[in-house]
Amino acid sequence: MAKIERPLSPHLQIYKPQITMVTSITHRATGIALGVGTLLLAWWLIAVAAGPEAYATVTAFTTSWFGQIILFGFTWSLFYHLCNGIRHLFWDMGQGFELPTMRKSGMAAIIASIVLTLLTWIIAYAMGA
Amino acid sequence: MGMRAPLKNVRGLGSAKEGTTHWWHQKVTAIALIPLFLIAIGCFISLVGADYTHVRYVLGQPFISIVMLLLIVAMFYHLKLGMQVVIEDYIHTESTKVFLLLLNSFFCAIVGLSAALAILKLALGG
Repeated sequence: MAKIERPLSPHLQIYKPQITMVTSITHRATGIALGVGTLLLAWWLIAVAAGPEAYATVTAFTTSWFGQIILFGFTWSLFYHLCNGIRHLFWDMGQGFELPTMRKSGMAAIIASIVLTLLTWIIAYAMGA
Repeated sequence: MGMRAPLKNVRGLGSAKEGTTHWWHQKVTAIALIPLFLIAIGCFISLVGADYTHVRYVLGQPFISIVMLLLIVAMFYHLKLGMQVVIEDYIHTESTKVFLLLLNSFFCAIVGLSAALAILKLALGG
């Protein structure tokens, strides 16, 4: 079929960012990031099953500064996708579609994801220390 | 009276009548993943800084094994469905789209089953 270059709407470059749009895009972005992150979870589980040497290798990565950044990003992505996913479940039940409610629930999802991420890492560091 | 042009019938494009099932499965796995992830995160936190023997012991416990196994199944199915939608939304070149859809299915099956096998090995003490 002939390819027709149609104009795209909305033009993301000139579109004023709104909380509804930002939370939606972030939901997809974190979903994709989590998809890649499943490799890390699978690697960790396989390493535990494989033996102490393999486990030492995966631990060396997860405790390195690079691994810690990846894990932190993974934690936030997970909590964001979870919190915003709950928003989606309410929408599926036909609730929370009013714009003020949508903005509030969007802010709530963002704040909750940050709080839960920090809480997880504070507890994890307290446990590990 | 049918309003479809003959060409439309020949091409056979249109709804595959599977959209609702896809959506529903996405939602069922989403709901399942909420408690599963909360338990798993609690488990991971408790294992921070633990030595190998302890990690192996904890993952071999029946409750943790079943939570991990359910998590892996629900997670990779949820991932497969979600990535499929993303690919279908943004990739409009037919060959690239089909290639990526296959890659998505294979990735989820291979990585998911590998992780599941690891859990079963730990659970059954192999």
